[in-house]
Amino acid sequence: MTDASDAPIPGAPDPRKEIVEHLPAMRAFAVSLTRNASLADDMVQDALVKAWSNLDKFKPGTNMRAWLFTILRNTYYSNRRKAKREVPDTDGVITASLSRKPDHDGRLNLMDFETAFEKLPEEQREALILVGASGFAYEEAAETCGVAVGTIKSRVNRGRAKLVELMGMSQEDAFELTDPATMAVVSSMQNGSL
Amino acid sequence: MSQDQPSNRVDDLIDQNLRRVYDDVLQEDVPDRFAKLLAQLERGSAPEPADAEGSK
Repeated sequence: MTDASDAPIPGAPDPRKEIVEHLPAMRAFAVSLTRNASLADDMVQDALVKAWSNLDKFKPGTNMRAWLFTILRNTYYSNRRKAKREVPDTDGVITASLSRKPDHDGRLNLMDFETAFEKLPEEQREALILVGASGFAYEEAAETCGVAVGTIKSRVNRGRAKLVELMGMSQEDAFELTDPATMAVVSSMQNGSL
Repeated sequence: MSQDQPSNRVDDLIDQNLRRVYDDVLQEDVPDRFAKLLAQLERGSAPEPADAEGSK
C-alpha cells in the first residue's frame, strides 16, 4: 500500500531526517539476515541509496521502519540472486555441539543458539527477527515480507520448532533456564562474553 | 512491542536470544560511513552501490 499522494500528514517528521534514526535497526536486521557484519553494512548502504532515491514514494508519518526493512530485504534477496554468495558455514566444527543439552547448572550455551539460528532458512530467520526481536506485529512482518499473515506465522512457528530441535531443548530444559535467578546468571554471562 | 507474544517458556527463551542477537548490533555505534553517505545523498551526489565487484 504505497500511497504516493503529495499531501503529507500534518506534523509528520521529515523522512530525510528520520532515516538516520532507523540506522541501528537496519544494521541489526541486516546482520540477522546475512550473518556477516561487513556484508550487512554493504547491504545497508545499498538500501539507503535506494531508499533515498525513492523517498517520494514514502508517505511521511507512516511506518518508515517497515518501509526501510522492505527495501533492505529486497536488497538482500536480489544481491543473493546476483552473487549466489553463501555465508561461511562452520558445519563440521560446530555440529558436534548442537546435540548437547544446556548445562544443568542452568547456563544456556549461547553459541549454540547463534549456530542453530544460522542453520534456519532465511525466510524463517527474517520472520523470527521481525516478530521476535524487532517487535513487529505479524501483520507488519507479513507486509514487509510481501506474504500473507498466515505464512509469517507458519515461518515463525517452524523456525522456533527447528531451533528447539537443533539445540536439543525440551520444555523442561526451558523451565529450568527461565527462572529469574538463572536468567540473571545467563545475562551477566552474556554481557561478559562475545 | 508485538502483541503476538509467545505462550510458553521455550518460545520465551528463543525470543530472548533473538533479541540478544539483534540488540547486540542495535547498541553498536553506527559506523561513520553511514553519516558520510547520508551527507553525500543530501548534497545530491549519489555514490556507487557498495556491492560493486571488487569495491571492497
